[in-house]
Amino acid sequence: MNATLPQTETLEIPKPPKRLLTYFEDGGRTVGSWLLTTDHKRIGILYLYSIVAFFTIGAIAAAIMRLELITPAGDLVTSDTYNKLFTIHGTVMVWFFLIPSIPSVLGNFVVPLMLGARDLAFPRLNLLSWYLFNLGGLLALYAIAIGGVDTGWTFYTPYSSTFTNTHVVTMVAGVFMAGFSSILTGLNFIVTTHKMRAPGLTWFRLPLFLWSNYATSVILVMATPVLAMTLVLLSIERIWGVGVFDPQLGGDPVLFQHLFWFYSHPAVYIMILPGMGVVSELVTCFARKPIFGYHFVAFASMAIALIGFFVWGHHMFTSGASVYSGLVFSITSYLVAVPSAIKVFNWTMTLHRGRIFLNTPMLYALGFIGLFTVGGLTGLFLAALALDVHVTDTYFVVAHFHYIMVGGMVTGFLGGLHYWWPKITGRLYPESLGRLAALIIFIGFNLTFFPQYVMGYLGMVRRYHAYAPEFQIYHVMSSAGASILGVGYLLPLIYLIWSLKHGKKAPANPWNATGLEWQTPSPPPKHNFAQTPIVTRPPYQYSAETEEHMVYG
Amino acid sequence: MTVLNPPIVPRKIYGLIWVVLLLLLLLNWGLAQLNLGPFNLVATLAIAFIQMMLMLLYLMHVRYNTPLTWVFVAAGFIWLVVMINLSLSDYLTRGAVAGRFGKSWIHETSVPPPVYLPKP
Ligand SMILES: [Cu+2]
Repeated sequence: MNATLPQTETLEIPKPPKRLLTYFEDGGRTVGSWLLTTDHKRIGILYLYSIVAFFTIGAIAAAIMRLELITPAGDLVTSDTYNKLFTIHGTVMVWFFLIPSIPSVLGNFVVPLMLGARDLAFPRLNLLSWYLFNLGGLLALYAIAIGGVDTGWTFYTPYSSTFTNTHVVTMVAGVFMAGFSSILTGLNFIVTTHKMRAPGLTWFRLPLFLWSNYATSVILVMATPVLAMTLVLLSIERIWGVGVFDPQLGGDPVLFQHLFWFYSHPAVYIMILPGMGVVSELVTCFARKPIFGYHFVAFASMAIALIGFFVWGHHMFTSGASVYSGLVFSITSYLVAVPSAIKVFNWTMTLHRGRIFLNTPMLYALGFIGLFTVGGLTGLFLAALALDVHVTDTYFVVAHFHYIMVGGMVTGFLGGLHYWWPKITGRLYPESLGRLAALIIFIGFNLTFFPQYVMGYLGMVRRYHAYAPEFQIYHVMSSAGASILGVGYLLPLIYLIWSLKHGKKAPANPWNATGLEWQTPSPPPKHNFAQTPIVTRPPYQYSAETEEHMVYG
Repeated sequence: MTVLNPPIVPRKIYGLIWVVLLLLLLLNWGLAQLNLGPFNLVATLAIAFIQMMLMLLYLMHVRYNTPLTWVFVAAGFIWLVVMINLSLSDYLTRGAVAGRFGKSWIHETSVPPPVYLPKP
């Protein structure tokens, strides 16, 4: 009897089509097909349009302020207009640019790809988030158009509830709506990360961007409802005179600050953790080395999310909170520096003896590490109870948080945008222009904000449109830097749009990177993967030998 | 899977929980009529806690869910405790100033007047 081999040929294996339609083509190219899409990739791009629009509005407000501040006299705008300008700048940049920037644009696009999933867990909820976000944004713009708000982005009581006659309630309603968009997006990410990981993709095989995105989502879900409630309380007091924050009605104005900062300090981590996640991806890819201390970086994200909830009182050292609470919050604020420092040290150790490629994303990542460190360390100045009394409400604070928000998050966003641009659009951006823009942004940023540390320390108070002449030199430097920064931001806008038509076609994996998002064509097909990928290795298995496969270099 | 197909909770349970909640409300009202001193507060809070747990466990189905859900519910509570506790670190110590070396935090009314040097 002859043993016959099993006839494998008879099994019919369906072959995938020669070329899968990309997500641009599959589902139609009409405007309607975009506005009603539930594809996470398309929604990510919708968010990109929205935040670029809001960024432009916030940037124009900043430009007028910097123009005003060139001279010590308040000669360009009135003080009332100036108050409205910094309120527009703060509100729009925080809620309509920074908070959705990395999570809603890049996160939306790459999270399911990195997980090996077809989409987010709740695709329609994802689209609803985008509509809520834009509705909130339009309300905020309406408040600006009918006369604006002059409270600053923090809406402090009793000024906002009792005294100002600007359009606080409309603006607050816009922020309230955008808050729900945040909550839904966070919820979506949490469920997706728990439930939709590809086979073999265990928690400790997740790319670090997913860890920081998860930590961010937890903050979004836990903190944003408090903001929503606080803003509702503010509106109730303003409209109906119900005593919550007004001492004459039995309220406490400082209670507003407690509730507001209970959200807004963790929100600072909403605005930086995703940037840290992007940098973790970039540093390991462009140093061609596995990340140093994966578990530490992953847990540092969770630790930041947790400890970030214990520190809000450091915004209230001088606003009437008790000395004892100041002491408590000062100590907890120092604690939160530990996980942040862990990340910086681990990135540095990843660079150590790496084969470093100075591509555009890496330039942004290196810029992030430096600028975040400066911003973080000056944060420790501010967390020191005694020193904070000296620099509260000065440009020192302004410089500090711009180093985190702009030097950190915007830099991280641009790094991530360049890194994933070939995946998102299927086109390569012009590398030399990219490097040039990164350099211009770094120089412009430092020229804008470093002088603010100096003048703040010397006593230049924030939110004033006229100031003592001895500060003029710093203000002129700052305004000059801002115009360089403006050019730096305009450049990517131009060449990225240019690359959509004229850029070279991107291969599936231009950086020869390890993440699952690079295992599918660029741009990806509608359902991301032809077959569900199976993960068998930890992330970031880079080695210096793989470098020759880099497209640029 | 428990998450996708949670067991159907019999209507009897819903009804029972509803009756218990109403009884607890009645008890709460009744206790408020008596003067128990500080125990009024304790009793009210205890009843509120029991009501909340009933709603969470049965009406919101937490009891029938996975441990992961319990973790998230617990995290929500711990987070609320953090918010209230750290806010109270301010409200309970308003006006208090640091005592002299070796003493703890004391209220400002009990701070002794400053000692002036005798006039020459
Ligand atoms: Cu803070």
